[in-house]
Amino acid sequence: MNSSVIVFPGSNCDRDIAVALEKMQFKNQMVWHKETSLPKSDLIVIPGGFSYGDYLRSGAIAGKSLIIKEVIKAANDGCLVLGICNGFQILTETGLLKGALLRNKNLKFINKDTNIKVINNNTKFTNKYKKDQILKINIAHNEGNYFTNPDHLKELNDENLIAFKYCDDKGNLDEDANPNGSLKNISGIFNSKKNILGMMPHPERMIDNLISNTDGVNLFSSILN
Amino acid sequence: MKITNQIIQKHGLKIDEYKNIIKLLKREPNLLELGIFSAMWNEHCSYKSSRIHLKNLPTKGKQVIQGPGENAGVIDIGDNDAIIFKIESHNHPSYIEPYQGAATGVGGILRDVFTMGARPIALLNSIHFGCPEHFKTKSLLNGVVSGIGGYGNCIGIPTVAGETKFNSTYNENILVNAMAVGHARKDKIFYSKAKGLNKSVVYVGSKTGRDGIHGASMASAEFDENSEEKKPTVQVGDPFTEKLLMEACLELMKDNSIISIQDMGAAGLTSSSVEMASKGELGIELYLDKVPCREENMTPYEMMLSESQERMLIILEDGKEKHAKEIFKKWDLDFVIIGKTTDTKKLILKYNDKIEGEIPLDLLASKAPIYDRKWLKKKLPKTKINFKSLKKIKIKDALIKILSSPNHSNKNWITDQYDQMVMCDTAQKSGADAALIRIHGKDKAIAVSVDSSSNYCKAHPLSGGKQIVCENWRNLISVGAKPIAITNCLNFGNPENQEVMGEFAECLIGIKESCEFLDYPVVSGNVSFYNGTNKKNISPTPVIGGIGLIKKLEKPMNHKLKDENNHILLIGKTFGHLEQSVFLEENYSIIDGKPPEINLINEKNNGESVLEIIKNNLAESVHDISTGGLLIALSEMTMGGSYGVKIKKPKKLTNLVEYFFGEDQSRYVLEIKKSNLENVEKILKDNNIYYENIGVTQKDYFEIEKEMKITIKELYNINNQWYNNY
Repeated sequence: MNSSVIVFPGSNCDRDIAVALEKMQFKNQMVWHKETSLPKSDLIVIPGGFSYGDYLRSGAIAGKSLIIKEVIKAANDGCLVLGICNGFQILTETGLLKGALLRNKNLKFINKDTNIKVINNNTKFTNKYKKDQILKINIAHNEGNYFTNPDHLKELNDENLIAFKYCDDKGNLDEDANPNGSLKNISGIFNSKKNILGMMPHPERMIDNLISNTDGVNLFSSILN
Repeated sequence: MKITNQIIQKHGLKIDEYKNIIKLLKREPNLLELGIFSAMWNEHCSYKSSRIHLKNLPTKGKQVIQGPGENAGVIDIGDNDAIIFKIESHNHPSYIEPYQGAATGVGGILRDVFTMGARPIALLNSIHFGCPEHFKTKSLLNGVVSGIGGYGNCIGIPTVAGETKFNSTYNENILVNAMAVGHARKDKIFYSKAKGLNKSVVYVGSKTGRDGIHGASMASAEFDENSEEKKPTVQVGDPFTEKLLMEACLELMKDNSIISIQDMGAAGLTSSSVEMASKGELGIELYLDKVPCREENMTPYEMMLSESQERMLIILEDGKEKHAKEIFKKWDLDFVIIGKTTDTKKLILKYNDKIEGEIPLDLLASKAPIYDRKWLKKKLPKTKINFKSLKKIKIKDALIKILSSPNHSNKNWITDQYDQMVMCDTAQKSGADAALIRIHGKDKAIAVSVDSSSNYCKAHPLSGGKQIVCENWRNLISVGAKPIAITNCLNFGNPENQEVMGEFAECLIGIKESCEFLDYPVVSGNVSFYNGTNKKNISPTPVIGGIGLIKKLEKPMNHKLKDENNHILLIGKTFGHLEQSVFLEENYSIIDGKPPEINLINEKNNGESVLEIIKNNLAESVHDISTGGLLIALSEMTMGGSYGVKIKKPKKLTNLVEYFFGEDQSRYVLEIKKSNLENVEKILKDNNIYYENIGVTQKDYFEIEKEMKITIKELYNINNQWYNNY
């Protein structure tokens, strides 16, 4: 499978995701933000980091960059698009995903391993996980507090567009398990066609037991499936 | 403009030094030249008070590729891999403007490392604040922590280890020391020494603004009541630009375009151009009208003394200008040829073809003043603490008091604000004795730790200096790494004060003794004097940053207990040294007496034996015993996990307090499986190591037989309250 990782000035998880994709046998290419066309891709990844230094608003400038027009076109044609952390923020800025990521509730950067629950496992991104499976995945962000309007929230629920929710180690979805104040503990969502996934946790950090765990592996093997 | 005494003093120069400038220059300098002398002759750049002591430190070894004198130290870890690292202080700016001060401290030390061709792989820090009750401490803590995180998180380099301490000695002068560690190919290391005539001198990175003018001079003076007015001398950092600069430099370093490269750190364009040219025994000519400026009408004086961040000076090979420019254009960074190398051995500054300043380079470098300042020797304190007069305290109560204190509370509140995982090679995060970073794409890993012990150093600088190197060494051993080399950040008061100068001289003697004995050379470092306000100097605080190597990382070793019914071995002899201990400080507010002694032979022997046990895969967990003594070490092994300990009541020493809280050195606690005990004991006996089998691990409880019992969950809660309630 062919994958492309979009690199913006200030992206800093681009190497990490490339390592993960190559480890999972994707044929990966890095695509610089000034490019005006995409290589043949089955998966486009927008990695984490601080694109354009988070100036104006995280993801805002990247959302208007040259390459992003091509990403939008590809996404509308059904290409799989995965946005992780800053990538999720950028996807909301482009309108490919609805809602917004606000400052964390405690107004501080948060880096820690969090538990997330697989809500919808019947998608291109999550089919190798079990429903309600609890994953331990690292988060690292200033703005991960997901928010959306009531109509969209209803749509998310009705159409099963929530990918993951923060939970405790038993799977309870209470406020104590919510690290950043996200609405309904949401940590990842799909678009209505479910070919786009945006998530704040970093699956590419969880592919190696020596470093962390392997809870992220099945996200990539789901895509390959 | 006539140079008056007032102008001289404002530049941080002494009148005698100014007279010396006239003598050397054979004329009066103009204001621009005076500014350049002040920048190069201040303590921060010239090391004028410290140099004669620093030269005694051991800096060589077969593991050393480059010792002090370059942007950072370089060590060999085999297979053409080199580690490049350094620690630096940003104390004064961080007190005036905590966020920017700390952030630019991180940015500056990162540049020192990637200037030499290394991709940075880890950040560490040692931060010291005044007592928590002091009205400034809380906001300084908040600002410094978010500044460190703000820079490191954005640029995408994990902040993996550090120390945070509170002590009233830092009430008016906090310490912010940042350390960066990078990885390079041994055959691709870049140095600052210029070579060749008529080579292009290129300015890259951010534009020059008026920020940070005289920053280095500010950092070379004591604070007074007007310190707040120094805010404009604090630089403002932009980690986003630094990320671009780092990527652009690393891209250009892939081929042979660069002759030499130097970041513009303290004293900006002045120190970078002077250092490159004087190391190469060349001259340098700069065309200041070409310097990219952020503000209008900047004068040559301002350009030469600005400390705007994220800038580099590069000397390029002939014909490489176009190729290099394309790379910097790709990253949207300025790239301007602003000068050339010459054979004049002078720094010549031109503005629109008019010479604005002209100084022979040796006057700024080799002829800069060196002082052999008077210093006083400190005697070993003889005060005896009258323990009988102290109110009796239960072991359990003392333990709780220490674990709930600011200095010993869990620091997740801080470390959760740092991205510790980015780059995906962090095999062990902060909270352990040392962090572990895997070398990308390889099996090997390095261990990193920073340590300091100002109370010991204050009580007896020689013992303290010796101790802190050993403490750092022990931390690396505890995670199974072979210690290789250190960097040091020497934070002291006013060197013109003989007592302070004595503290400096004697701490260095102590550091030297340990480094020599342990084959643990100093390869880089930084001296920060004038830490204090209105004649009140801080306690001497040398900070040691150590690097260790694990050739094949299979299972990261740490201090968390792994199972029940394992043996607990205490390695090293316990005498019960309570003077200068955390026990006395936290429970009785007594900070007195002499620090614990170090026996270097035992230190080395114990450490190497522990390393042998770890390498043979015979230990489940390992922890060194540090401040707080055995009981604190044991509780740290239990908190946050599922297993506790059941410790036998010691037979020999009747005084339990001395046994459990004494801070005797060179000791470790090991968790050993029953099936491995025989093999471990054999190693210990073969190596003549003193050890005791002090108990076993058990589920859920922390227990000393017939003395105390508490759940580890409760201990954890006690240890996790302070920051959240502060």
